[in-house]
Amino acid sequence: MVAFIVRRVIAAVLMLAVVSAATFAIFFLIPRALGQTPEGMASRYVGRDATPEAIQGAVKRLHLDDPLIVQYGRFAKGIVAGEDYSLGPRKAECPAPCFGYSFNNNQPVWPTLLDRLPATMSLAAGAAILWLIAGVSIGIVSALRRGTALDRAAMTVALAGVSLPIYFTGLVSLSVFAYTLGIFPGGGTYTGISENPVAWFQALVLPWITLAFLYAALYARLTRAGMLETMGEDYIRTARAKGLKESTVVTKHALRATLTPILTIFGLDVGLLLGGAVLTESTFSIPGVGKLVIDAIRGNDLPVVLGVTMFAAFFIVLANLIVDILYAVVDPRVRLS
Amino acid sequence: MTTAPGSSAPDSFLELRDLRIHFPTEDGVVKSVDGLSFKLDRGKTLGIVGESGSGKSVTSLGILGLHKGGRAKISGEIWLDGEELVGASVDHVRTLRGKKMAMIFQDPLSSMHPYYTVGAQIIEAYRIHHKVSKQVARKHAIDMLGRVGIPQPDKRVDSYPHEFSGGMRQRAMIAMALSCDPELLIADEPTTALDVTVQAQILDLMLDLQREFNSALIVITHDLGVVAELSDDILVMYGGRCVEYGSAEDIFYRPEHPYTWGLLGSMPRLDREPTDRLMPIKGSPPSLINVPSGCAFNPRCAYEGRTGGKATTEVPQLAETEGGHLVRCHMPPAERRAIWENEIKPMLEST
Repeated sequence: MVAFIVRRVIAAVLMLAVVSAATFAIFFLIPRALGQTPEGMASRYVGRDATPEAIQGAVKRLHLDDPLIVQYGRFAKGIVAGEDYSLGPRKAECPAPCFGYSFNNNQPVWPTLLDRLPATMSLAAGAAILWLIAGVSIGIVSALRRGTALDRAAMTVALAGVSLPIYFTGLVSLSVFAYTLGIFPGGGTYTGISENPVAWFQALVLPWITLAFLYAALYARLTRAGMLETMGEDYIRTARAKGLKESTVVTKHALRATLTPILTIFGLDVGLLLGGAVLTESTFSIPGVGKLVIDAIRGNDLPVVLGVTMFAAFFIVLANLIVDILYAVVDPRVRLS
Repeated sequence: MTTAPGSSAPDSFLELRDLRIHFPTEDGVVKSVDGLSFKLDRGKTLGIVGESGSGKSVTSLGILGLHKGGRAKISGEIWLDGEELVGASVDHVRTLRGKKMAMIFQDPLSSMHPYYTVGAQIIEAYRIHHKVSKQVARKHAIDMLGRVGIPQPDKRVDSYPHEFSGGMRQRAMIAMALSCDPELLIADEPTTALDVTVQAQILDLMLDLQREFNSALIVITHDLGVVAELSDDILVMYGGRCVEYGSAEDIFYRPEHPYTWGLLGSMPRLDREPTDRLMPIKGSPPSLINVPSGCAFNPRCAYEGRTGGKATTEVPQLAETEGGHLVRCHMPPAERRAIWENEIKPMLEST
């Protein structure tokens, strides 16, 4: 088991290295391959009416004239060991993990990311709890009451849930519950939990429900399909043949087998959301990682985009790692040597 | 469902009377079991043979009451030790399941829960019907695993099904089924998924255990070799009905139904020349939604022409030829016996 975990951790680190190289290639190698000059790249970061001297300064400052491999080495070293930057007149020490400084406000990227993380985590955690409970229980009931009006109603709502985009359900819920009925505060009212827990909760209710609706619909469909498949398995028949009560057959035998794959998907989904719930955060103006990256893309803020990309990749790789290890614990057939 | 007036508890340990299990589907009613009757005493073994889809497994699940409360329409009577089960409540039949009657399933890998240890599954089966502590149940599980011939049962009790070989899994399955000393044991294709060498061991084991527990045993299979080994009586099923019933000797030495002849002719035998062809039954089993009119076997029967047209118009009755040997065929008994003696038997024995 220890060897298995060590192997997986090494694989995860390698995966992150590959992701960093790919990300770097997308932002630096491809433009250069398409004929972009170092000056051309630098000119985007020095304002509209930049003088050639200013552009040259940016090229020097950002080391855009170095060979790409050296640039990547500096990028990777910054993440692992930190990097010293010379920002115009002053020198700045950027400790690891260093993703450089925002072009827009000269703030270091990493602390900004950490600053945005609580909002994203609050959103993802609350929504995840909601959708896991709602989605899985609706899926189970639907499967057990297959073909009834209840099942059909649940699956119709679920189909709507997976089909409607978040910026639609989010805006409709805002318009109805915040601006018409006034039950919940509107967008852009997010407050940190340490500042005011009540305001934090109120501001997140609608985003939670909006995000959870989409995922709950997905999970209800997944759980229903998994449950129906499991209930047809031979070992369920065996459990009944032993004389077990139907309730025990469902909870002990069927659920155990149905929920194991759901757990995997759940881990990956939460990992994905921790890298930024872009649509939900934008719709409700929640200052999370997703909102940060959207603003950075609009503002051509390359270091921030790079930072968020690596940050999101880190969570996905981490979620994968946890899920892999958890799976080996839950499914005895995956005991690996 | 109430018991028909005048019917009373039979003397036999198990008796089926006109059991019908029908499944309504969008395409029509699937008559998986359509009027099946037989008796079985304690300590005796009944072999039920037939092709896939002849209703063998549905019958066994029906006896266990596993179709109750579902979409199936069940009628007729199942008497087990003086109790009628078709009319009994779902809950009552559940309390008998696993304790009074138990089942060994085909393919033990898919029939055991992959996430629980073999021991846990036996312990669970035992503790449903016995209010004992986990420790006591575990001792019992180890004991059962030892009795079915699993080496180091105190260690293997904590293994998962996928860590067992096919034969060991089937032994564990048997240990699970026998954990509550069932008086009726139904084995559905118990050896189909196993190697031939392991098959013989498992059959031996089942016979030994049956003697030890004096239980009634039903063996469901399409393998005539298996029933020859185990059975006192044999019931041949076709299209949800019994077409021939008799002692093992009747079926192997004096078979009278053309379908039974076909089954015997399809059996590979070592005492025949390798160059000899098997004599398969032509065609495929009937759809249980549109069972052929008249005799269900008539489209595949070589002797259909000898019934004077009755084969396609009239359902033959299951009638006794002699000494409890029942045959469902339009041909007169004398003619069937003559065909067996003069045509089929010499062909099966010709080498």
